[in-house]
Amino acid sequence: MAEHYQLKCRECGRLWGNQARSFCDECLSPLEVVYDLDAIRPIFTRRNIEAGPTNLWRYSALLPLPEDYQGTIPAGFTPLVQARRLGKKLGTTNLYLKNDAVCFPTLSFKDRVVATALAAARRFGFQVVSCSSTGNLANAVAAQAAREGFDAWIFIPADLEAAKVTGTQVFGAKLVRIAGNYDQVNRLCSQIAEKFQWGFVNVNLRPYYAEGSKTVGFEIAEQLGWRLPDNIVCPMAGGSLITKIRKSFNELVALGLVEEKKVKFFGAQATGCSPISDAVKRKLEQFEPQKPATIARSLAIGNPADGYYATRAIRESGGWAEDISDPEIVKGIQLLAESEGIFTETAGGVTTGVTQKLLEQGYINPSETTVACITGNGLKTIDAISQEYTLTPAIEPRLTVFENFINDRMVAVAGK
Amino acid sequence: MKITVEIPSALRRFTDGVQTIECSSETLPDLLGEIEQRFPAISKHLRDDSGQVRRFVNIYVNEEDIRFLGGNNYKFHEGDRVLVVPSIAGGAPARPCLSGRRAAGGPADACG
Repeated sequence: MAEHYQLKCRECGRLWGNQARSFCDECLSPLEVVYDLDAIRPIFTRRNIEAGPTNLWRYSALLPLPEDYQGTIPAGFTPLVQARRLGKKLGTTNLYLKNDAVCFPTLSFKDRVVATALAAARRFGFQVVSCSSTGNLANAVAAQAAREGFDAWIFIPADLEAAKVTGTQVFGAKLVRIAGNYDQVNRLCSQIAEKFQWGFVNVNLRPYYAEGSKTVGFEIAEQLGWRLPDNIVCPMAGGSLITKIRKSFNELVALGLVEEKKVKFFGAQATGCSPISDAVKRKLEQFEPQKPATIARSLAIGNPADGYYATRAIRESGGWAEDISDPEIVKGIQLLAESEGIFTETAGGVTTGVTQKLLEQGYINPSETTVACITGNGLKTIDAISQEYTLTPAIEPRLTVFENFINDRMVAVAGK
Repeated sequence: MKITVEIPSALRRFTDGVQTIECSSETLPDLLGEIEQRFPAISKHLRDDSGQVRRFVNIYVNEEDIRFLGGNNYKFHEGDRVLVVPSIAGGAPARPCLSGRRAAGGPADACG
């Protein structure tokens, strides 16, 4: 059976077959995977999907995988939870959370993109896989490389959170800390990729890697009972995820798995690194790069690779974008945790806070169905939030001591 | 004044395989003209139909994105190393409105 996908230039349309490359030699624009949907239609059915494994490989027919590829890493199929208490606080009754804070194996949505990227790395014969990363991707590449038997070289900005550094090293990956921001790391990796025969998941394997993000959208639709939501709120770093969720919805409509619906896409950024939301709000065709300065380090990409396409996708969908300050990000983390019992990292604080802002501003209709994408786990960014809490002195393990303790607390609370 | 331009492998088929070239232009628009004069075939790959540098081409000077240095208005210095990187990211280095914001959250640039 012939493969049903290949690379295509997003600008000039030239076809490139399947190979480890991310841009078109003719016009230097990015490549994307396109599919022969007619060939896929008979196999990508609700029945086949529902009979598949409870992970992202249930959508293999619409992922760029080698023929008969059997994915072994059960990433994806994370919970879609209705957020009743958070929704009530924000004034909406139909709010859902796509919770990739519990994605297997490294607790972020990057586990999805690495799953498809490593399938491509295997296919193209790479022994070494690599990436530039703001942390979550580093963890995901390191973990899956260990399981799949690749050597991993990971490039990160030197100031990353400790949990994300240790959470990369523990898998035996070679970690290279760069004295610079992510954009400088990414530029360096583009240069390294020219000289070393490595599979950089987000450079020369980027088209295959990015397709993994579509599974967020496939799952949302399936978990809503094979229907599309009215609104998606999505955090934006490089801007790829929001465009891929949109692509996944379009594919589901084209293949007849869901009814057509105009879904509005809303992008969320930190004000300290907001090139995409800035472009949307100022109605620019092309974003202007920024020097990141935010606690949301996983979103700190000042020159986003898919910023142009993310801006366009938001605009075409009738959506909008917003950004919030670092203190608002912390409040967003707390709001989500206290309302829904989900501890997200700073990026999820951004998504929560921006969802609140968009509802307040009237960009999101509170009676419509909205899905907010929580993409990472709070245990990785403890430092961003720990200063909000103080520890009481330890007390003796005696009942009378506790009774005194609780009386003091009650008095303190009553006195406030 | 001499500056060095590093040509990415994707474009070396238009520079007879040459990886680095020495140039003497003062600004980015002049530099592009100088490169194209020496290697005419590179032109349609670097610029779009309207003559603008293609959207996904990034230009760096000594490791810094030229958009943070003033874009088209940046004056090269003796010994600058200019790097052309295709499609790691968006950006339009040679468009009229170039100077991106330095400080996030700061006022928008007064361009255009």
